Amino acid sequence: MENVFQLWVYLSASPLLWLTVTLGAYLLAETIARAARYAALANPVLIAVALVALLLHLTRTAYPTYFAGAQFVHFLLGPATVALAVPLVREAARVRRLILPVLAALAAGSTTAIVTAMGVAWALGATPEVVVSLAPKSVTTPIAMGIAAANGGVPALTAVFVLMTGVIGGISVTPLMNLLRVRDYTARGFAAGLASHGIGTARAFQVNRLAGTFAGLALALNGLATSLLVPLILALWR
Amino acid sequence: MLRALFALLFFQLAGEVTARGLDLPVPGPVIGFVLLALLLAAWPAARREIEPVADGLLRHLSLLFVPAAVGVIQQWGLVRTQALPIGVALVVSTWAALAVTALVFRAVARRLGLADAIGEAG
Repeated sequence: MENVFQLWVYLSASPLLWLTVTLGAYLLAETIARAARYAALANPVLIAVALVALLLHLTRTAYPTYFAGAQFVHFLLGPATVALAVPLVREAARVRRLILPVLAALAAGSTTAIVTAMGVAWALGATPEVVVSLAPKSVTTPIAMGIAAANGGVPALTAVFVLMTGVIGGISVTPLMNLLRVRDYTARGFAAGLASHGIGTARAFQVNRLAGTFAGLALALNGLATSLLVPLILALWR
Repeated sequence: MLRALFALLFFQLAGEVTARGLDLPVPGPVIGFVLLALLLAAWPAARREIEPVADGLLRHLSLLFVPAAVGVIQQWGLVRTQALPIGVALVVSTWAALAVTALVFRAVARRLGLADAIGEAG
């Protein structure tokens, strides 16, 4: 028993354990999602997070200890963002033809994402700090945190909102598009990436490669659009 | 595979250097994404080298969000006191953004007679 305890003390402090747990939880989540025929609610991010969080809770492991191992996975978000260029170039001809729908949807969608988040929170009595921190919630975390910091929001709060938005978007994009009878993968993917950044893009790639390509394009474009629009909208708001 | 990995890291690094050097409000990886797109457009032969690794990474994009998303649960205390306005705002706004984006995209494409380019039906 003493030995088991010592082994646990050793392993729980090493990156190996939590890196393995992260990959294992994701593989299990993938298997569950596949068994559910990639139904929207069986979102692999959500399932994997629930599994890992449960394990951390049961073993009373602090998040920084977990992250020391999981950071190797987290690090790959950078190269993966760069990698979005590959499908984009593959579909370059199509993107060029669709440039006007892309720009129109970008302007309308980006403005909607910012204004509705701020408006609803404000109407329901959220503090000004929270209202501003919500404004960039649809864009990828590093851009969103930068926007929050530059405009009087709380970056840590924004990071939480961004991830929640990603999960909400990843789960609801398929049923919502079916409800609206939008069947085109370019439009569906572009909406997923614009409204819910990388997690929406991950969902889009899970469904269809063309959808994923347009989601990646939307993620990048909305990062730029939101950095320009938030200060503008805040100036009008105040 | 090693060359592709090197290219992705190199462009991320180039993006970081550009973003910090020029004090741009955009994160390094997003600049790296633009730089790599430019390179691949100018030099299509490089695509074959990078494609397998890029596609492999993107196929498991969901995995990469797990460590950060686990952290959100720890931040529950920040959100708890205003959980209702925050929760309603996030859901309503995400749905509104999804709907407006997709509907505007499709309407403009149809108006311009681009229905054939908007992709196979889902």
